[in-house]
Amino acid sequence: MWKRFRYQIAVFFAVLGPGLITANVDNDAGGIFTYSQAGAKWGYLPLWTLIPITLLLVVTQEMCSRMGAVTGKGLSDLIREEFGLRTTFFLMTALVLVNYGNIVSEFAGIASSLELFGISRYLSVPLCAVAVWYLVVKGTYRSVEKIFLVSCSIYVTYIISGILVKPDWKQAVVYSVKPVLMLEPSYIAMLVAMVGTSIAPWMQFYLQAAVVEKGITAKEYVQSRVEVILGCILTDVVAFFIIVACAGAIWAHGPRDIKDAADAAVGLKPFGQYAFFLFSAGLFNASFFAACILPLSTVYTVCEGLGFESGVDKRFHEAPVFYWLYTFLIAVGAAVILIPGFDLVKMILLSQVINGVVLPFILIFMILLINRQKLMHEWTNSRFYNFVAWTSVALMIGLTMALVALSIQDMLRT
Amino acid sequence: MADPRADQRLFFTELLGLKVFDLKGRTLGVVKDAAIVPLLDPVRVDRYLIGSGGAWLTVRHDQIRSVSLDGIRLRDEILTPYHSDEYMLRVVRDLLDQQIIDAQGRKVVRVTDVTFEIHQENGGEVLWVLDVDIGLRAIFRRLVQGVLPPRWIRRLQGGIPPHSIRWEFCNILEPDPQRRLRLNISNRLLEDMHPADLADIVEDLTPEHREAIFENIDSEVAADALSEVDPDIQASILESLETEKAAEIVEEMAPDEAADVLGELEQETSDEILEEMEHQPKQEVRELLEFEEDSAGGMMNTEYVALPETATVADAIVALKSNEELMETLNTLFLVDAGERLTGAVPLARLFLHDGATPLRSLAVDTLIDAPVTEHRDRITELFDKYNLLALPVVDEERKLTGVITADDIISVLREK
Repeated sequence: MWKRFRYQIAVFFAVLGPGLITANVDNDAGGIFTYSQAGAKWGYLPLWTLIPITLLLVVTQEMCSRMGAVTGKGLSDLIREEFGLRTTFFLMTALVLVNYGNIVSEFAGIASSLELFGISRYLSVPLCAVAVWYLVVKGTYRSVEKIFLVSCSIYVTYIISGILVKPDWKQAVVYSVKPVLMLEPSYIAMLVAMVGTSIAPWMQFYLQAAVVEKGITAKEYVQSRVEVILGCILTDVVAFFIIVACAGAIWAHGPRDIKDAADAAVGLKPFGQYAFFLFSAGLFNASFFAACILPLSTVYTVCEGLGFESGVDKRFHEAPVFYWLYTFLIAVGAAVILIPGFDLVKMILLSQVINGVVLPFILIFMILLINRQKLMHEWTNSRFYNFVAWTSVALMIGLTMALVALSIQDMLRT
Repeated sequence: MADPRADQRLFFTELLGLKVFDLKGRTLGVVKDAAIVPLLDPVRVDRYLIGSGGAWLTVRHDQIRSVSLDGIRLRDEILTPYHSDEYMLRVVRDLLDQQIIDAQGRKVVRVTDVTFEIHQENGGEVLWVLDVDIGLRAIFRRLVQGVLPPRWIRRLQGGIPPHSIRWEFCNILEPDPQRRLRLNISNRLLEDMHPADLADIVEDLTPEHREAIFENIDSEVAADALSEVDPDIQASILESLETEKAAEIVEEMAPDEAADVLGELEQETSDEILEEMEHQPKQEVRELLEFEEDSAGGMMNTEYVALPETATVADAIVALKSNEELMETLNTLFLVDAGERLTGAVPLARLFLHDGATPLRSLAVDTLIDAPVTEHRDRITELFDKYNLLALPVVDEERKLTGVITADDIISVLREK
């Protein structure tokens, strides 16, 4: 009995990684900005969205990890095998564009968080770009995963800074379970943005690939699912504390719009150096972490889908497309931040638009694939699960379309 | 068109959608797929599947007069409706966009296009599969296929380097054992590879395909390859196999490696496999399994040659002859006293410098380095480094020789860190 239990625990730790890492990268620079903005402007009101967001996240992530464990193939491999090269090619092109936009916003997060500590972006961004490149190219999968897991634990800084701000816990608890709907356009925009940043196209590819890479099989899938769900919950716990911190520190003293996530950190200053320090350190950690994962995930996905050699264990000349695309994404993603007067906000809005356009396709492909008996055997979705999945997808499509519309409106205005 | 044979070539992207004309030059339909029947001929396209209105028709290879970019002209227009044929390897369904093993390049690749060669046979033209195309040039063809005229595509693709694999080096992956037989898929190419290369390939495949390969290749090759595979994957492969096959493979492995693999499995599964094994290897593996993984006992193997202290070079040669299977890696002989206690180590190369009557004891190394079975892994690697060892004997509490740790074990340990 004990032996059996010990084995279960061992398996759980063996499968630890993919779900947690994906979920945490989800709280990247863009995510932190969105949550800070929600808290600074609307206080505790938006907290109720976190529970439905967690559910949506669990539904999509669970499907990916299940597909990875059962088929042993990445999502891009499956799309290629089942829907052909042309579909894959267009999807991959779109994915590169979306992810490129996200990479830029991560480097922007690195720049603004380190500027809070008085480090110029002309120093921090090039250094971090080289560090990101080096870490992944020269590290092994296992060592890199360990660093990422450590990085996941640094998210605890948000929980501490949330507590240091001494928010109104009673309100926080009440609004976590009490939905507040208002027909105020900016409120709706905020809700849509929160969902939009939580579920991104790259996550589906990354998670499934990570599950495959980790060698998780259908047998260990039960433990893997626990890990994925745990990751989703942790993501939203962190989001909760970010919102609460900004609600307590900024909204309570006068609701306002914030410029970027670094602006939110400055808003925490009256509550002591620690709260400020932890919030900005968290922002740096999140941006750097996501800047490591996103380019790598992008090149893996693209190379596997199109059949190019890939893998950090290959030499440069063995996998040229892999390395060139990887280097290109990082170099050009970082360089853009250094262009004086570059309109970053517009760039991020644009990437959100493409994000919204690509996501529905990927979710639909996922549901189609997971229901193919030939691939999934007895692991296809149950009828109830399909109902939940299609409803979630319909909801996601509706919300992301709304986000796209709002972003386009914003872009036209600015 | 610098290549004079280019006219004899046809890409599958060009064949797909090609019009098929009857004897009077009327269009019958367009090519939807092409099939090889490997049991009949491993390279010739045997059937063409033609879409005509709603239904699919089958054209046999010997019903065709000519094949070119302008279309397929028939010489016999009595066509049969298509009904699924399990003996067919269909290009679109079974090959395109799927993974195969490139046995020459020793890696897993994804098929993007197929190149055929047009041959004359009995007064008609047939297609032989020449290459499987991967890489950018084939991707370009797939993307613009049907968008640009084929002759333009041929001209435009000239600037992109080709990347193809000869058909005879392609190993198709098919997990279903029945279909493997019907499609005449052998594992000859895989069995000829170096086990370490095969192990790398196996790591890149899905669990289903790994199982199919290990289920079918020769147990000895399987054992060699399995030893080289990542431990997590080793375990999942063995668990997926039939217990008998798993036992057969484990038997062929060196006892220390077998013990390592079995140690990775769930207790139940490893007991089942042990149960199936033959007596002698089973005993050795059982004993090795008792040791902690990170102790000398867990690292050592029991394949060594030990001789009595009194033995001579001639005796050693005789002993070596009866242990021929160890010759590839053996580099040290060990001397034991009447109570099987370790007393000396003789580097193999010294045997060549002395005649048969020389007592082995006089050839033994000056300082005998050994380790108790309980010694920790880190200490063992230190010993190897400090004394530049190739092999380290391991002894039990009574100083009886129980196993040997070799330098390749140490390299694996260091690589894991």
